[in-house]
Amino acid sequence: MPRINSPAELEELRKGILSKRDPNKPCITLCSGTACHASGSEEVAVSIEEEIKKQGLSGKVDFRRTGCHGFCEKGPIIVIHPEKICYLQIEPKDIPEIVSQTIKGKKVVERLLYTDPGTNEKIIHEYEIPFYKNQKRLIFGSNGEIDPKSIDDYLALGGYSALAKALFKMTPEQVLAEVKKSNLRGRGGGGFPTGRKWEECRNAPGEIKYVIVNADEGDPGAYMDRSLLEGNPHSVLEGLIIGAYAIGSHEGYIYVRQEYPLAVENVGIAIEQAEKYGFLGENILGSGFDFTIKVHRGAGAFVSGESSALMTAIEGKVGEPRPKYIHTAVKGIWDRPSCLNNVETWATVPLIINNGADWFRGIGTEGSKGTKIFSLVGKVNNTGLVEVPMGMTLREIIFNVGGGIRGGKKFKAVQTGGPSGGVIPEKYIDLPIDFDELTKVGSMMGSGGMIVMDEDTCMVDTARYFLNFLADESCGKCVPCREGIRQMLKVLTNITKGKGKKGDIELLEELAEVTRDASLCALGRTAANPVMSTIHYFRDEYEAHIKEKRCPAYVCKELISYYIDPDKCQACMICLKQCPVGAIAGGKNQIHVIVQEKCIKCKTCFEVCPSRFNAVKKISGEPVPPPIPEEARIIARKSKEK
Amino acid sequence: MSEITLQIDGREVKAKKGMTILEAAQSAGIFIPTLCAHEKLEPYGACRICTVEIETRGRTNLVAACLYPVEPNLLVKTRSKRVDKVRKMLLELMLAHAPDAVELQDLAKEYGANKDRFEKESSFCVLCGLCVRYCAEVKKKNAIGFVDRGVRREVAFIPEIASRECWDCKECFPLCPTEALQAAFLLTKALMSPSSPYAPESEE
Repeated sequence: MPRINSPAELEELRKGILSKRDPNKPCITLCSGTACHASGSEEVAVSIEEEIKKQGLSGKVDFRRTGCHGFCEKGPIIVIHPEKICYLQIEPKDIPEIVSQTIKGKKVVERLLYTDPGTNEKIIHEYEIPFYKNQKRLIFGSNGEIDPKSIDDYLALGGYSALAKALFKMTPEQVLAEVKKSNLRGRGGGGFPTGRKWEECRNAPGEIKYVIVNADEGDPGAYMDRSLLEGNPHSVLEGLIIGAYAIGSHEGYIYVRQEYPLAVENVGIAIEQAEKYGFLGENILGSGFDFTIKVHRGAGAFVSGESSALMTAIEGKVGEPRPKYIHTAVKGIWDRPSCLNNVETWATVPLIINNGADWFRGIGTEGSKGTKIFSLVGKVNNTGLVEVPMGMTLREIIFNVGGGIRGGKKFKAVQTGGPSGGVIPEKYIDLPIDFDELTKVGSMMGSGGMIVMDEDTCMVDTARYFLNFLADESCGKCVPCREGIRQMLKVLTNITKGKGKKGDIELLEELAEVTRDASLCALGRTAANPVMSTIHYFRDEYEAHIKEKRCPAYVCKELISYYIDPDKCQACMICLKQCPVGAIAGGKNQIHVIVQEKCIKCKTCFEVCPSRFNAVKKISGEPVPPPIPEEARIIARKSKEK
Repeated sequence: MSEITLQIDGREVKAKKGMTILEAAQSAGIFIPTLCAHEKLEPYGACRICTVEIETRGRTNLVAACLYPVEPNLLVKTRSKRVDKVRKMLLELMLAHAPDAVELQDLAKEYGANKDRFEKESSFCVLCGLCVRYCAEVKKKNAIGFVDRGVRREVAFIPEIASRECWDCKECFPLCPTEALQAAFLLTKALMSPSSPYAPESEE
């Protein structure tokens, strides 16, 4: 690798890379992100390599393992360029056909295409699939194009041109002004204006300053930072170097959790490559600007994603938050000015520098500019990572991109912002999503987690789930957070077990208020949000649990029973055979009866009862009807007897 | 050092830059209750009993007096409806762990806190960290520390260090706000545990 000493040399290098690439040459890209890896993409990769050789296509077709494409529901995903033919849920056995039919024969393999669940129509191209079509993938889009282990792939797409522009055509002040003007807000949770944070850090006294990438993503179900860092690490590095230049920092840290091995590996490779080309190190691109990056691996503590705790962890101490009455931008790592931003925030910076603040301001809403990557999970058809412009409504995200609710169930609520966020009920489904709108309805953007819930979700149980998470993940230092969470969790657990008492809701509200008002850091100050928002929007569900001992969503095991309707049961033996604890009495031609004392409420009988019988019922808040007498259980089957 | 004028409970108070609200109040003879603060130790901000209400740049907020640095024209209320409500609940939460602690009981009287509001969790420890921090900051021995996190956080002596350092020190014992014997108990437990290689040999 040659060291690049000027913007002109960078453009030469880029030309060289592009000249060796034929845009019309077929290229198979395979998603090799963590999610697809788990669904077997490694085995698929091996068969692709073998099959290319076997069918004599070596050199005639390129193969690239890329980062996450986002449509994780349907992984492993293959996209064949230049046409962008998209094949889903690929297994090694599909590969010979793909290579012979599509690469050699230029024909589409119908059975591997996306089928629109509404129209049953097969869709050939990636960009026509509704999941992708309704997104705006500015930051995440390149993931599917590049091999994250290849800096040349990033350069081929114009990589590091923003860095050259910043270093040679702009002063640090101009870079800062551009970011400020763009109104970019931090993608990690709070939505603090990025430019203002940079400015505060730049103006803070002190020679040594640090810039930090927060890749300690920890919200349950959220993985956009992982996918970005492992799928397009250079975009994060480029943003970080530009930020360092604007702030006047020469040392950077990437704090990434050790549980993200692929991200750790890919970012390490990316740093090495960037150093060899001279995008990192001394005299970057011959500009005279020096900057180095160290990777700090986190030991898996959710609270370490809080900026001051993260900085304490980098210092080598236990990751506990510190008071931030003086901002970390002024007093951070070793009391030196430290500017921390989220992975996605840094990755947005090169786009702003290349396209200008005005371009960026043209996307999004009044108070929230640009796009946001959401991790769309839960009871939605198309789970995955979606990038949409700020201001898109929940309905558009869940139904147009997400393909609606799984199994034709009814939408109930969406939880955003992880354990610091709240639930948003159906009445706000047309809410345009941005930082301020989410806060107004009692939730928050957070890092972009979006958990879709259907009618079968119990809201008290949801609050209990998040508080249980926080009880483990709080650092435990300050009383209101540690003890407030402990007591709220106890009350919630009791309610879900049918031991709720009059006054519990009021007690929860009081605990929530003190936890919010008196806790030391943002984890504690927002810990009660899941409780407060569920009480606010679903108070009736709390009351049903407490007063009627009824779980309206039939989730809380202690409050529900299963019952076989004797009028509907056809004694088919299916549930009886599958009950794991032998709690179903009956036999051939003998109506089945659940022995309530033995039942563990695993729901198996409910799920296996043939829908044409529909005999198993869920009961909550009322007594189970007594079993019919033994002698009445015999079914006489006329048709069969004849 | 430049002087700063702020107002605490309607009184004008002069303070030096870099002081905390607590220090400024104490220098003016104004009382703010504390539990985890100690003159020899760095401010910690864990018990939050020193929570006060401030008004700055037109906004009111609850902050920990032991940590918040004074600023010119800051308005501080050491008591208010909000402050009292927070202190009462914090005391009730801590009393679930240490119902017999005299310091907590005295404060409970003042704020009308009910020591039986929450089910007892007989840990006897409110995790103020005085023992841990004194050992680290003053004695520089680190013979006692926090283990685990969240609701499972607790204090424990490190047998390897404690067996060397603690016999002739025990200065952390009287610091404990909940029960003077709490630290002694933990120390004994650490050193006597059958699995501990530091347990004294039996006299047989």
